[in-house]
This record gives sequence, C-alpha cells and structure tokens, in this order.
Amino acid sequence: MCDQTFLAITFGPCDNCSQNKPLMNIYLKNEPINYCSLCVELMACQGLAKGETIHTLKAESETLKTKLEEERAKLHDVELHQVAEKIEALGQFVMKTRRTLKGHGNKVLCVDWCRDKRRIVSSSQDGKVIVWDAYTTNKEHAVTMPCTWVMACAYAPSGCAVACGGLDNKCSVYPLSLDKNENLAAKKKSVAMHTNYLSSCSFTNSDMQILTSSGDGTCALWDVESGQLLQSFHGHSADVLSLNLAPSETGNTFVSGGCDKKANVWDMRSGQNVQSFETHESDINSVKYYPSGDAFATGSDDATCRLYDLRADREVAIYSKESIIFGASSVDFSLSGRLLFAGYNDYTINVWDVLKGTRVAILFGHENRVSTVRVSPDGTAFCSGSWDNTLRIWA
Amino acid sequence: MTINTLSQDGVQRQQMPCLTKMERMIISMQDPDMGIKLRNQRLLITVIPHAMTGLDIVEWLIKKCSISDEEALHVGQLFVKYGYIYPLKEPRNLILKADDSSYRFQTPYYWMSTRWPASELDYAIYLAKKNIRKQGELIEYEKECYNALHKRINHTWDFVVMQAREQLRASKQRRKGDRIVLECQEQAYWLVNRPPVSPEHYKLTTLTKNTIIEHNRISLARNRVKSSICLESYVKYCEQYQPHDPIMQGCLPSNPWITDDIMFWNMNSETVALPTKLRVERWSFSFMELLNDQMGRKEFLTYLEKEFSAENLCFWQACEDVRHGETAKIPEKVDEVYKQFLAPGASRWVNIDSKTMEKTLEGLKRPHRFVLDDAQMHIYFLMKKDSYPRYLKSELYKNLLARAIVPQETKKSVFPFMRRQRHSSPSPALATQTAEDDGKAKYSNSNSGTASRL
Repeated sequence: MCDQTFLAITFGPCDNCSQNKPLMNIYLKNEPINYCSLCVELMACQGLAKGETIHTLKAESETLKTKLEEERAKLHDVELHQVAEKIEALGQFVMKTRRTLKGHGNKVLCVDWCRDKRRIVSSSQDGKVIVWDAYTTNKEHAVTMPCTWVMACAYAPSGCAVACGGLDNKCSVYPLSLDKNENLAAKKKSVAMHTNYLSSCSFTNSDMQILTSSGDGTCALWDVESGQLLQSFHGHSADVLSLNLAPSETGNTFVSGGCDKKANVWDMRSGQNVQSFETHESDINSVKYYPSGDAFATGSDDATCRLYDLRADREVAIYSKESIIFGASSVDFSLSGRLLFAGYNDYTINVWDVLKGTRVAILFGHENRVSTVRVSPDGTAFCSGSWDNTLRIWA
Repeated sequence: MTINTLSQDGVQRQQMPCLTKMERMIISMQDPDMGIKLRNQRLLITVIPHAMTGLDIVEWLIKKCSISDEEALHVGQLFVKYGYIYPLKEPRNLILKADDSSYRFQTPYYWMSTRWPASELDYAIYLAKKNIRKQGELIEYEKECYNALHKRINHTWDFVVMQAREQLRASKQRRKGDRIVLECQEQAYWLVNRPPVSPEHYKLTTLTKNTIIEHNRISLARNRVKSSICLESYVKYCEQYQPHDPIMQGCLPSNPWITDDIMFWNMNSETVALPTKLRVERWSFSFMELLNDQMGRKEFLTYLEKEFSAENLCFWQACEDVRHGETAKIPEKVDEVYKQFLAPGASRWVNIDSKTMEKTLEGLKRPHRFVLDDAQMHIYFLMKKDSYPRYLKSELYKNLLARAIVPQETKKSVFPFMRRQRHSSPSPALATQTAEDDGKAKYSNSNSGTASRL
C-alpha cells in the first residue's frame, strides 16, 4: 500500500508571504497551494482587471444571467404535464414495509445496495457501518469507524468491499472478509482526504476508483490502490452534499448538488463544470439521474423536488405540495423512471408520478427524519434509512 | 442541510427554511374570516380565551390542503412539535389529538424563528422562577438541568435569581387569566426548546471561490434542444420500461420481498441456462442494455465470432479495463492492448480509421488512463451502428427470444399466514475470494475466448 500523496497542511509557512500562519488549502488552476487567510483575501481582490470593481463585475454577471434565462426560455415550447396528459394515470398504489432492519445504535445516515440485489451497507451517527443481507435481515459484517457521523457509504461493484467516511474528512475502503476472526479495520485503506467532512461517496464502474464530495465545497476522483488524487472538481461555493454518476454510454459525467442551491454537471476527464442549474430556493440535499441519463432530479430543503433536463438545459418539473413543508433529504427513481421516491424531514416518504407531476402516495412508518432512500438495482424494492435508527425495505 | 451554521461570507445561515412556511400557515390559520374559529376554554376554574380543539385544526388542514385525515393529523402534529400550537390540558405531551382537547396558538414572541437559539441564561431564569413559585414543581430532568446550569453559569447566578424574582413580582400584578396564558406560553416554549434530550450544534466554516461570469458566457453559447423533444423522450422511455419495473407492474413469478420466494432472482441470475423473455427483450432497447447484462454480452460475442469481428468487443473490454483499473497497472495494460489489437500484424487487429490510429499511437508514447478513449469510442459506435442492429435481426437472437421463458405467477399459498423460510445466499465477497485463490482475474472471462480468422 502506497503512502498518501495528498495532504492538507494546517499550519506553516504561507506559499505567498512565507510567514508562519494558519493555512487555507486552495486551488489555483487545479494545483493545491497553501495560503494564509490574508493572502487569500488579497488574491481574491486581484481577480479584478483595470477599471473593474466588484460592482461592475456583479452587474455584468447579472446581465449574463438574464440573457441565459431568455435563451433557455426560447426553446421551451411545452410543459411536462401537458405532454403527459395522454398517458394513463396510475392506479391505486400500495407499498408496505416488508423488512425492518434494527441494529444501529443511532441515526442512520446513508445506505447503498450491493449489485446482488439483496445486500445493503448502511452507516450511522454512532460510527458503525453494517453490511446486511436485507432479505434475511441478518447482519453480515460490522465496522467501527474512528469517527462519528458517518455520512457516506458505498458498496463496491464487485461486492467485495465497502467505502465510508464522514467527520474524519476521509473516505476509507474496507475489503469485506468472511473470516469471523479477522478485524475488518485491519485491512482498511485510507483513500480520500478532504479538508472538511465527507458528504457522499460512490465507486465508478470498478472497485478501483472512488468519487467523493465534501463539505469543503469540492468533489474529487481517487485511485483506490494508491490513494492518489486523479481529478478534483471546483465550482461550488458552499458544501457539496450529494453526487451521482451518469448512466451514460461513455460514463464520463456526474452531477453534484450543494448548499449554494446549485446542481452542477461535471466532466470526469477534464474536471470542467459543463452545466449548472440554480432554481432551488435552499440547499440541495440529494441528486439522482433519471434512468436514461438525459435528466436528473434533486431534493432540497425548500420542500420541493425538481427535474432538470440536460439537453434542454433547464428545469422541466417541480414536485411540491402545500402540505409538504419540510425539506426532502433524499430522492431516487424507480426502474422505469415513472416514479420518484423522496424521503422528507417530516418522517414521511412521498411517491411522485414523474411525468404527470402529481403525488401518487405518502408512506408513513418512520418515527424520525428519513435521511436516505435507495431503490434496489433490479427495481423490486427500495430501502429507506432514518434518524429513528432503523432501515425499512418497502415493496 | 449541512452541519455548517455560517455561510461563506460569515453570515448566519437561515436555519430551517421550513419555519417560514410553517409560520405562513399558522398566520392563515388565525385569519378572522378563513381561519379556525376560536372560543373560550375552561381550564380548572379559569377561562382561557382564544382556544381551539384538535379536531378543528385537523379539519381546517383537510379543507385547506386537500389531503387525507392521516396526513392532516401528521402535519398538525408537526406544528405542535415545533411549538407553534400548544396543548392546554397535558402540556408535557406535545401531541395533536383529533378530538375536543384544547390547543392555543403560541405568541410570535416565542416562535422558533424569532428566538433562535434559546439561550442558557433565559432557561436558567425560567427554571428559577418555577422553583421559587412552587418548591418541588421542577420535574426530574428539569432539576438536573437546573443544577448543571447553576454550575456552568455560576457567575451570573445573582442576576438569574434577581430577574426571576422581578418577573414573578410583575406577573402577580396581572389578571389571573392573563397570568395563566403567559405561563402556558412560556412553558410550551421551553418544552419545545429544552426537551429531555437536547440537540447538538456544530460550528465550522468553509471558504471557496469561483468565476461565475466565464461560466455563464460558455453556457450562453451552448446548443439546446426543444423541450417538446426532450419531454417526449421521457414518455417513451417510461412506456418502454414499464413492463420491466417491478414496483409499477409487478414481476413474475413474484416479488421476492413480498412473497419470500427468491425464484425471480434465481431465474435472472447471470449463470442461468435459459433467460426470461423480458430480459432478452430488454437487450433490444439499447446497445448499452445488451452490454450491461453479462449474458447478453456473451451472446453478442458468440454472434461476433460467427461474423469474424469478435476482436471489436474484446478491444472495447480491454479499454474499459484500462479506464477503470488500477493506475499503477496502466502502462503494462496499454502495452498489452497495443500488442494484441493495434500493432501492425497483431493477432486481433481492430479496424480504426487512420486519423484516430495516428492520434492513439502518438499518445501511447506517454500512456495515461484516457489514451485509448478515441479508439474505444470509434469501435463502440462501429458495433452500435453495424453489428448490434444485425445481431437483433439474426437467427441467434430470434431463436433465443423464442425459447426464452415466461415465468408462471406463483400461486398464492393455501396457508397465507405461514411464512416461508428465508434462505441466505452466498456473499459476493466469498465468490471472488475463491476465484482469486484459483488465480483467475477479477474481470470477465470473455477476453480469454479465441477468435479464429481465416
């Protein structure tokens, strides 16, 4: 196992003024550098050319924004619900809790399915990461993390490892061993290093690469074996809370959502932000691609879920209701993309008809906030994790 | 929601945007014409003005938001939990009951948004008042809090006691009805803000920078597609996949989670002898669907072998391996690919146009993860436009589709209340561990097929 090649220095000589001060880790042209806070401020002001002031820049930014909105509106010739009028409405919708997984000692924060369609990994505030066979409700592995609030966890495509992280600012990969005597923490690999909490992580098409998002406002792509940073993605101006890989043929893009109310689409090869959407009124907690990869849905603290189309480059639907006051923490699509399952902070799960824009059902059962909702890989069920310490499988 | 309480410019972030929404609803509930009808309520020997019943609240919500009973009760419950409405008879029990139990609206002075966060000093004064007013009126956890506060903010204790005495004296001069109302309001506020287990608060700050202007300029120049075309494509996609969506349309023989019968998973596993009809049909939806299914990939490879173009698929798979594999192994893997597929006279030479070939060979001098991307893309689209449509029309595919199984729906059990045994399955971690022990590679074994050429 190689040494970490990416470190965050917190105190030392500033790269600019050479004084010993508390340092901030920032990026210039994708290179990480360490500046003291004074130099960061100065550098931020230096971005202005002759004759520009903060005001002129702001005015220019505003005019560009308005022009962009006009361009987007020109091609908007029909609304989604109009197109959906000819489709049959969905009948009576019945979904029940089929399994309840109890075992976490504190709030469940994240869950992910294994590709074998029955196993899941879940992480919790108490620092435990548990692998379950959700079908039999048996616990198969348990890892105790050295930190609390493990906000992100992911199952490797091969089913042989899990990745998790949270307040430790790292993402670690644990190979799953079936030897009862072996301590899983012994073979752990520290892969990602951020300068703030880890909010979300996901393996790409193989066990060898991980994509992470963090409270430091960046996303990053890492090589698992060496821990090397392969690409970093800058563009959010606040914490990034969620990311999702596109199910496209070329497999090269992903979307991220953050506390700056923006949802950004990135190119994994170049690190460029290729598209950006900003219509939410509050933090975006969750982003998920529509199964065809042409659109994605977001869930936000403003109590709405929205659908954005990538080719039309605009928001095409809003899923909201007057009686839904609390934010949506997590969203996922059913296999065909017709249904959108959204978990809310008012302890419920709402099921939306994606095409018609109406709510199909409301599911009660959890006794505290629903923090995560994930549909199984073959679409037979979905799993919800909550702050009431349990997970439920619904079908 | 994030655990950071300050935004990038150091300003306090708006906590919980849901509070503004709740307050708007509360205000419309108190509207003299369209709101809830308030009456006087008797509490022991005093009359409390402007009270309403739980049933009133639920009915108003049902009418206003067009929702069901259950949902209205749920939403109303949240108003009580966050302190906008409080119960009169059992104040410690913050639940909404849809009967004639009385509730009142909390005064805006005590709303969560106006008094966030509730300070320790205020709480100490409140507990001190309670203690002075009636010895032993503090319940268990309040006593603990009181003692803890006494230790923590001991330096302000004189002030606390003095304030408590002053406030009690001032309240004695009010009418009994007013006094009781004020006490109820204050008590409700503290029950919401100091429940037996208090929440934790985190304080962290972040700093990032970006250039919005450049980004907007690029966005303006983008090519966009008409909404009608994009939206129609969703309708088509949903229609096409609906029979395959177990939640929408059920699955045959049955959904394992509902009936405890794993036949569905067994019939769709990777190594099954004969696939189901739905599965084979799905391969015709898109080239990606075919490749994503291991069995589909194998079938396609068999077809390509007959057409003597199997090296295309093998090349594509090798490129995928480079793109998603370990960084350390990239140079040797790229070298292998070159020797097998790209070198002049190679055993499995792939037909790429000269421009792409030149660019790729140039890039091979300094191999990196994406050096084979252009070549891989070329071959992928070649297969997609040419081999794939022919495969779907081929005898091989049509034969398989004809032979494919349509599972019988599982008959409902005679004894529906007898639960079936839920069997565990071998962990995927075990499967690959044994494979590794045998020295086999982790990736698919299609590469090891040999394609013979004339």
